[in-house]
Amino acid sequence: MDTGHQHIVILGAGTGGTLTANRLRSRLPEHRATITVVDQDDQHVYQPGLLFVPFGLADPLDIVKPRHRQLHRGINYLQQAVDRVETGDNTVHLADGSTLHYDVLIVATGAVLLPGETEGLTGPGWNERVFTFYDLDGATRLAEALESFEGGELVVNVVDLPIKCPVAPLEFCFLADWFFTERGRRDDVKITYVTPLDGAFTKPTASTRLSSMLADKGIELVTEFNTGTVHGDTDEGHPRIESWDERTVDFDLAVVIPLHGGAPFVGRSPGLGDDLDFVTVDQQTLQSSAAPNVFAIGDATSVPASKAGSVTHFEGEVLVDNVVAFLEGHELRALFDGHANCFIETGFDKAMLIDFNYDTEPLPGHFPGKIGAPLLAESKLNHLGKLMFQWFYWHVLLPGRDIPGLGSAMPTAGKESS
Amino acid sequence: MTTKTVAGHDIEVNDEGFFVDPEAWTEDMAPALAAEEGIDALTDQHWTVIRFMRSEYAEKGTGPTVRVLGKTSGVSVKELYQLFPKGPAKIAARIAGIPKPRGCI
Ligand SMILES: Cc1cc2nc3c(=O)[nH]c(=O)nc-3n(C[C@H](O)[C@H](O)[C@H](O)COP(=O)(O)OP(=O)(O)OC[C@H]3O[C@@H](n4cnc5c(N)ncnc54)[C@H](O)[C@@H]3O)c2cc1C
Repeated sequence: MDTGHQHIVILGAGTGGTLTANRLRSRLPEHRATITVVDQDDQHVYQPGLLFVPFGLADPLDIVKPRHRQLHRGINYLQQAVDRVETGDNTVHLADGSTLHYDVLIVATGAVLLPGETEGLTGPGWNERVFTFYDLDGATRLAEALESFEGGELVVNVVDLPIKCPVAPLEFCFLADWFFTERGRRDDVKITYVTPLDGAFTKPTASTRLSSMLADKGIELVTEFNTGTVHGDTDEGHPRIESWDERTVDFDLAVVIPLHGGAPFVGRSPGLGDDLDFVTVDQQTLQSSAAPNVFAIGDATSVPASKAGSVTHFEGEVLVDNVVAFLEGHELRALFDGHANCFIETGFDKAMLIDFNYDTEPLPGHFPGKIGAPLLAESKLNHLGKLMFQWFYWHVLLPGRDIPGLGSAMPTAGKESS
Repeated sequence: MTTKTVAGHDIEVNDEGFFVDPEAWTEDMAPALAAEEGIDALTDQHWTVIRFMRSEYAEKGTGPTVRVLGKTSGVSVKELYQLFPKGPAKIAARIAGIPKPRGCI
């Protein structure tokens, strides 16, 4: 392997691209490697904050910062959209027609929302009585709609998986229950959670716990519902969502989490992605199946882990070790175990915490050791944890600092065995 | 795990009715498996989907989800629901003798 000067190109300056660039910069001196990060805009949104915007619990302006400011010194920032990657000749083609040559490429372009792929979703009623909170514009508009919602049927619908942060739609239901209770309007609002899964969540233990929490809060659960069409019009009957097998759920206000896919340029890049434009990588080393000098991280990958910032963070450690090993001509030895860790906001200033990986279900117990935050149970401590996460995101996670006592691998010490 | 007899063969299936060993599947089992799902006759289109499920599983180690089936099998999502009304990916996977499509995390 050539140990001369290397050019590392990172596509995407969101969670994964930023933390990877910063970690690599501190590992590799500037005379050994140039690092260039490419993104299409300069607005870094703290996405977990989007959950709080509709309820007036976060100000849209407070969750956005300039992307380039999150990158450490010695990292080049290029504001350009990526058009495609040719892994055959190590070239990135940018939207303005220019090209970038790389020795190592890291794809961190996340997931995109595809509301246009569901019939009727962006048709009549869109942003009027049909909303999403998965982007800043949608979350901001929804805040107004919730504040003025007098009563009726509020439906929260996940069209299909994968989605970013699969617990966020459930958290939305819990917060809506709290929001309308606080305003004395809860009796006038019926909340229904409509999911394509056969339970509240994907992992059985957590699913059972979350289903009973929905029931306790009087939130109705409709399962195995695969949304085919959204009728947001009031002209042809009551507004409703309709499944492919022709069941319907009426709504007065619908909050829909649209289909997700990988960044469209992945589909234009020969061999890089799968049928949904997610980059195919080895689920342990994060190396692309298209070429050994290409890696991916975060929501952009096809790995069977949650699309979450915590997962991206844990992947980052592994990825950086492997990129450095690759540059030095060593075997890739760092292995990602699928570790995910999510605070689930449950309303009334409480939250619960779940921690799992590729092979282990979320288990009850405490995190990270025998003494710590309660797992799979509601507590005020977890709620504070969720609020602290924003500070932690900008000041620890993005700069790529290590957290003492908490590495990439899932801790087992405080967990009750299944 | 349970053992059941399909078209004269003894087959092991898991709690949700998916084949434990996809290698144990043969084409002559498909009509009987379909009948268990309430599908009386397998049309050419059913077979297109069943064969597609098998080849995707062989190549990728998991069957496709409905969304991917709709994009890649040549049969639209609407038609898929007409062919396998109770959930195309799950039902077709059972008839094709492959594990439950992973898709959901
Ligand atoms: C409502 C909501 C709540 C969430 N809550 C949580 C939570 O509580 N905890 C948690 O851990 N995670 C949560 N997440 C998930 C978390 O935000 C993401 O998993 C994480 O940000 C993924 O990071 P990423 O780097 O993969 O993608 P992103 O941070 O999305 O970055 C991708 C970047 O690529 C850029 N890009 C895309 N295409 C191109 C192109 N063609 N050219 C140039 N640039 C391009 C984009 O502009 C973007 O900056 C939540 C997400 C949402 C939507």
